[in-house]
Amino acid sequence: MKKLVFAFIGGLVFGLGLILAGMANPAKVLGFLDLAGKWDPSLAFVMGGAIAVGLIGFRLAHSRALAWTGEPRVWPALRGLDKRLVLGALLFGVGWGIAGICPGPALVLLGAGSGKGLLFVVAMIAGMALHVLFARTNSKESGRQQRQ
Amino acid sequence: MTLDMLHFTPWTALAGGVLIGAAAVWLMLATGRIAGISGIVGGLLGPRGGDVGWRIAFIAGLMLAPWAYRAVAVVPEAQIDAGTAMLIAAGLLVGFGTRLGSGCTSGHGVCGLSRLSWRSLVATLCFMATGFLTVFVVRHVLNVGGAA
Repeated sequence: MKKLVFAFIGGLVFGLGLILAGMANPAKVLGFLDLAGKWDPSLAFVMGGAIAVGLIGFRLAHSRALAWTGEPRVWPALRGLDKRLVLGALLFGVGWGIAGICPGPALVLLGAGSGKGLLFVVAMIAGMALHVLFARTNSKESGRQQRQ
Repeated sequence: MTLDMLHFTPWTALAGGVLIGAAAVWLMLATGRIAGISGIVGGLLGPRGGDVGWRIAFIAGLMLAPWAYRAVAVVPEAQIDAGTAMLIAAGLLVGFGTRLGSGCTSGHGVCGLSRLSWRSLVATLCFMATGFLTVFVVRHVLNVGGAA
């Protein structure tokens, strides 16, 4: 129960930050990504503010093994660079540039009752489901290759 | 490049960024999980079904943020220029790409960079690059919407 409350507060504050920062307005995000037009540098300040807090906070978290719930922290397990990381990030950037929406703001827009936000989230979840299928096929393929 | 001083909002961007960073640090300190939105949503679709509650709670917090914001201030207008076909394409790319690349703007851009992760730096540079490039192509080559 405590974990659910912690997570809810985390999501709420994250969403409030997105709205205050202007990230929940796709037109503003595209204004930042449009270097050749009239450039709005605001989003660089969003990243700056978030990372300044994150640098201190994550250092603190790294020094303590257990979360307040008593559970061990789950750090990303993957190490080193690979094709999936690069290709995935490149594809994500194309999608981000088309509509100006990334996953966090998409959920904020959906929560606000935006029909276009709903359409984007449905397509995004479909894209994630496609990846589940893709990963399953891929691991079968590589399993077959290893047995041969 | 010209600066769009009319829409440039450095202070709210910075303050929003600080809230986003604080929320990410909070989630790690309290629950031991990374505040990567694509990972939190995508984890609901994965082969291992467990670990569901906190994900739902975080997403609920994100979706309720506009309502909480509205209780104390006027929510800035969100403008989505993309049409149906563009939203579907964008959503599919964002969903598939973030899962293949293990993260989005929050997981790689905020949490990963704060942790000084090489993988996240590479991913962030990749999605920023194709984000800039896509907006350039859409607005200044294809001349779709919002071209200055």
